[in-house]
Amino acid sequence: MALQIDFSKWLDLPFADKVIGLESYDAIKVISYGDWYINVTIFNSWIVIALITLVSWLATRRLSCEKQVSKLQTALEALVLWLQREANETSGSRNNQYLGMALGLFSFILISNLLTFIPWFRPPTASISTTMALAAMVFIAIPYFSIRNAGIKAYLRKFIEPIPLMLPMNIFSEFFSIFAMGLRLFGNMLSGVMFASILSAFIPLVAPLTMQTLGLLTGSIQAYIFALLAIVYTSSVKEEIKPEL
Amino acid sequence: MDSYTIIGAASIIGACLCMGIGSIGSALGEGHAAATALQAMAQQPDEASRIRSTMFVALAMIETTALYALLIAFLALYANPFWNYAIAQ
Repeated sequence: MALQIDFSKWLDLPFADKVIGLESYDAIKVISYGDWYINVTIFNSWIVIALITLVSWLATRRLSCEKQVSKLQTALEALVLWLQREANETSGSRNNQYLGMALGLFSFILISNLLTFIPWFRPPTASISTTMALAAMVFIAIPYFSIRNAGIKAYLRKFIEPIPLMLPMNIFSEFFSIFAMGLRLFGNMLSGVMFASILSAFIPLVAPLTMQTLGLLTGSIQAYIFALLAIVYTSSVKEEIKPEL
Repeated sequence: MDSYTIIGAASIIGACLCMGIGSIGSALGEGHAAATALQAMAQQPDEASRIRSTMFVALAMIETTALYALLIAFLALYANPFWNYAIAQ
């Protein structure tokens, strides 16, 4: 039993002739201690988390509302305000309760997707374990927000609507919408990584660059969609708003 | 024919058919969505940026069905359980 740290395969290009299999993606160990190990996916998500924490700390270190505002603060304010508007418009609530979840999911997925522009970096979102963990968080957030906003009766009534006969269908759709959410992000990122690696095995000069540029676009759109769908699912059960007379 | 010859041939043919047939629907759907969005943009150029962002979201969601087909094709090609079983025999 000894702590082993092996960075030799961390930045290994996933070429088409080497490892493309779905299970081998998570099997590359970086830090191992006996039977316990940290694979590339977890290690890279640590890098993403550290990056987000560092940037947020740098931006909020000297907050000011004077005329001289730092560029980083302006950029992050624009991001937060944009997502706040989107979250409040989508959920129909005005108290910013979905902003924390949406911003956390969005920034993590966005940074890990955008880091694919480093050719050897395997984004953590291209592993099904990461995306399913993110989807599972949304799965827990659905009853939490529903019960907090509308009560447990309204939440349970959602399952027998429009008729009680639809109960198994509603439970199935609850599971499969979450499952599809995780699978959508995974499929998009995996296909981007695989496209680039297969193309770089055939035409290594300029061609992978075009696919990677397209990958940046789809990556940011996927981050937006994931956050948006999380808001839509969690805000599906709402308190009945009584019209004010 | 050995069992793994059949399994190998069947997985490659299956993966190709899966991609080909599975992408038809999403390609038609994406084309329709893009055409409608372009028409809307031509009619209301002021709203073009909003329409464009909504269109990208819709396109990414339509694309999901083709991505499921891609996943199944990857599974058949690279992580085929029957192939691993036949190799281990």
